[in-house]
Amino acid sequence: MELKFILESILFSAQRPLSPKDLRDVLAGAPEHSEDAAVRALKKTPVDNIAVALEELAREHEQAQRSYRLVCVAGSWQFVTQPEFAPWVKALVGHKSRPPRLSQPALETLAIVAYRQPITRAEIEQVRGVAVDGVMATLLERGLVEQVGRAEVIGRPITYGTTVAFLEYFGIRSLDDLPAADELRRIVVQKPESLLTVDPGLATTPPEQLTLTAAPSEGAAAEGPASGRSEPPETNRLVSDAD
Amino acid sequence: MGHWVTIFPGSTFCRCQGLLLPFRMRRSTPWAGERMAEYKVKFEVFEGPLDLLLYLIKKEEVDIYDVNLTQLATQFIEYIEVMRMLDLEIAGEFLVMASSLMYIKSRELLPVDQQVVAEGEDEGEDPRWELIRQLVEYKKFKDAAAQLQTLEQRQDEIYPRRPIKPDFGADAGEPKAQASLFDLINAVNSILKRLNQREDLRDIFEDKWTVSEKIEYILGEIGKGASLKFSALFASATSRSEVVVTFLAMLELIRLRQLVAVQDSAFGEIELSPAPVTTTSPPGVNPGEAYAAAVVQAAVETAPAPTPSRPDVSPDTPPPDEGLSGAAHHPAAESNPAVN
Repeated sequence: MELKFILESILFSAQRPLSPKDLRDVLAGAPEHSEDAAVRALKKTPVDNIAVALEELAREHEQAQRSYRLVCVAGSWQFVTQPEFAPWVKALVGHKSRPPRLSQPALETLAIVAYRQPITRAEIEQVRGVAVDGVMATLLERGLVEQVGRAEVIGRPITYGTTVAFLEYFGIRSLDDLPAADELRRIVVQKPESLLTVDPGLATTPPEQLTLTAAPSEGAAAEGPASGRSEPPETNRLVSDAD
Repeated sequence: MGHWVTIFPGSTFCRCQGLLLPFRMRRSTPWAGERMAEYKVKFEVFEGPLDLLLYLIKKEEVDIYDVNLTQLATQFIEYIEVMRMLDLEIAGEFLVMASSLMYIKSRELLPVDQQVVAEGEDEGEDPRWELIRQLVEYKKFKDAAAQLQTLEQRQDEIYPRRPIKPDFGADAGEPKAQASLFDLINAVNSILKRLNQREDLRDIFEDKWTVSEKIEYILGEIGKGASLKFSALFASATSRSEVVVTFLAMLELIRLRQLVAVQDSAFGEIELSPAPVTTTSPPGVNPGEAYAAAVVQAAVETAPAPTPSRPDVSPDTPPPDEGLSGAAHHPAAESNPAVN
């Protein structure tokens, strides 16, 4: 008997999601109920083997394209129905009692906490550009974020992180499985060669003193990061106008 | 999101219509001659200055990196003007952003070589770059928030398999030992002993209790709960004869397989519970009838079903319709001669 099918049968009849550790405990406890040699053989299955078998099982379920699949949420495995069958399942078991959907500010704040944790309130505000007190209160109240420590900077501000409830609420396996996690964890923004900020006529319009020192200013425009290089036709036009 | 502002036509608002602002105008009351009609304006409230800037950039349909910051500054300040005109509370963050945009714009007014080089390294301190970096970062988290929202909605549609614990009946765990008749007699003796002391032997009472009444009572009791303690059954008994009658009723029910008496441990409390396969007889049925029904059922269950094994059927005369399969039938029939 293959390990993955044994795990499948356990998960199928489990009343709550089970982690690989829980499954190991079930395997370890099985010999108490059976003298079978196969049962005894699996008594000391390492957690890693269980995790591998679960992955394989989940992949097989995915490929079989059934109406349900095996998923891992917050480290625990369970069978769930595919979302497209919700109308019928809903008719049977009724609507899920979920708290009201999160507001846009709450989602933004939550995203920042999720990707950047542990993070202080000030750091969140820096990213969002607005105060987050009210939103944080909501998130804390709903148990989606929690205090995880204190930053070792002046004032030792509280740092926040997401909870297991956060993973469960969004059906995410772990923080590593957040969408585009590695990219957002530490955003590296490439500074472009030059910044196109000027209005035509602004800054490049030569005042009195500029016409006097025409040559150096042209050179500066060519080297400067601000205007010159990316808008050569514009500069040329302006120069010719000045002439 | 957003809130409604009431404004009047002819006010400075008309000027605002030219702005790239998310206004939606709706006349709430019909135009009535010289009377000034009210307009309702849907005014989008942005999450903050960065949100507004992103909106303005999106409106321009340009990349954040290619955005014209001076133009952006102009639009931003126009927006703030409108907010002020509409008497909206302007959050401090908007003013901070407006001032830094003004700073960027004013810096641009100077030729590159005359711009103030900020103290320290000028590269990192470029206010334009600082703003763009912040915008890009905020944009990424805004997108991430949108993805979380998708997950949130999706999660509403996903139902977990949550089986209930299978119900294996009342004694699902280890089957308890059946209490023997002697256990029951011992138990009832101890109860009788208690009543013995109070029994007044000089008076003679008529029999107030009947076995069938008590059967109804017991069935009613165990119908309510899963099990009934032996002692609880006799708790209300007031006389020796009542105990005896109740005991007889209990024995009758056990005999009818309506009831099982189990004992957790030696000398433990005896518990009475409904038999696993109850032959449901409505309460108040005559015990004799119930008994008869039980007997019939027991007979059906234990009756030897196959006809060939019946001694009165001769093994040499297979049923006429069996014809060809008669030979196959013989071994079974031949195993019976011992009965004859």
